[in-house]
Amino acid sequence: MALVQTVDVLSPLGNNPRLFGRTAAANALSDVYAMGGTPWSAMNIVSYPASSLPLDVLVEILNGGTEALTQAGTVLAGGHTLEDEQIKYGLAVTGIVDPAHIASNTGLLPGDVLILTKPLGTGVLATAIKAGWPGAEEAEDELYRWSTRLNANAGRVLRDMALRAATDVTGFGLGGHALEMAKGSAVSIELDSTAIPFMASVEDFAADGLIPAGTYANRRHCACHTMVLNGVDSLRSTLVFDAQTSGGLLLAVPAARSEEALERLRALDEPGWIVGRVQALREPAEQLIIA
Amino acid sequence: MQTIDTRGLSCPQPVLMVHPHLGDDDALDVLVDSEASQENVSRAAIKRGWTVTPCQCEGYVRLELRKNGAR
Repeated sequence: MALVQTVDVLSPLGNNPRLFGRTAAANALSDVYAMGGTPWSAMNIVSYPASSLPLDVLVEILNGGTEALTQAGTVLAGGHTLEDEQIKYGLAVTGIVDPAHIASNTGLLPGDVLILTKPLGTGVLATAIKAGWPGAEEAEDELYRWSTRLNANAGRVLRDMALRAATDVTGFGLGGHALEMAKGSAVSIELDSTAIPFMASVEDFAADGLIPAGTYANRRHCACHTMVLNGVDSLRSTLVFDAQTSGGLLLAVPAARSEEALERLRALDEPGWIVGRVQALREPAEQLIIA
Repeated sequence: MQTIDTRGLSCPQPVLMVHPHLGDDDALDVLVDSEASQENVSRAAIKRGWTVTPCQCEGYVRLELRKNGAR
């Protein structure tokens, strides 16, 4: 057994402190699941403007975090709070992993299939909520429905199948994290833009111009290594880079075992979509191909 | 013709400023200074049937929004 340790802190997301707390904990736990580990204990890290905001908001945030930890079977061992103008909440998480089966983002092989376990769109939905756009309330429900969801089941499939490579999809977006894996593994990745799942209303909000600056920044950051094939919808090729909060796992599965992986996910009531394939390395400018 | 200056503002602010005018037919110029603002304002306008012509200026872009070829 080996220990894995990770830490992740978020700025508030949406307007519900309890569900923000759950999201932050799900997000912090996700790093451990993405390595094929099991989270054991966690410590809270909070900054809060106690002099200008009522303390019940803080209590709600922490209660939300505790709920997610309880669901994950993880012990809350303590934490640290500091007074600050900005609300921030995150957790340091300790887990255990079998050192012979640590999944990393460098283990991709040509022929692997990439399976994503949550739809994309938290960046766009958060922008619609911030804008108070028509449909913002439903957008908030949809956002939390996915962001509070643990990646525990996807992590279990990763462990049970002893997969070599996985990552969790967060701030760099699916495109950014896929490119990171492709670089680390010296391969190319082709993402199928028509197969990528989106949260409800995300494409409508995006067409209304509610795409966050971070998403464009991700796209720009990856541009030198990304080739978008002719005929790909420009909205979708942008949303591939939507910055995610508490996104799903991206599992690399040998093609011959992809059906098995989808069946295992289904058996645990966990969604899974085949979104791309790993190819032998092409030109450096074609390390990420959006088809 | 009206000009809306969104320079220095971050999203979704520029779209929120332009959106109320997209129901009209009057020509509109929008000044943007980021890739995000330019693409978001353009998308919002095109979705509502506008033609968008970007003109590069020094340090910013002027988006000319026109409806049905009107000037």
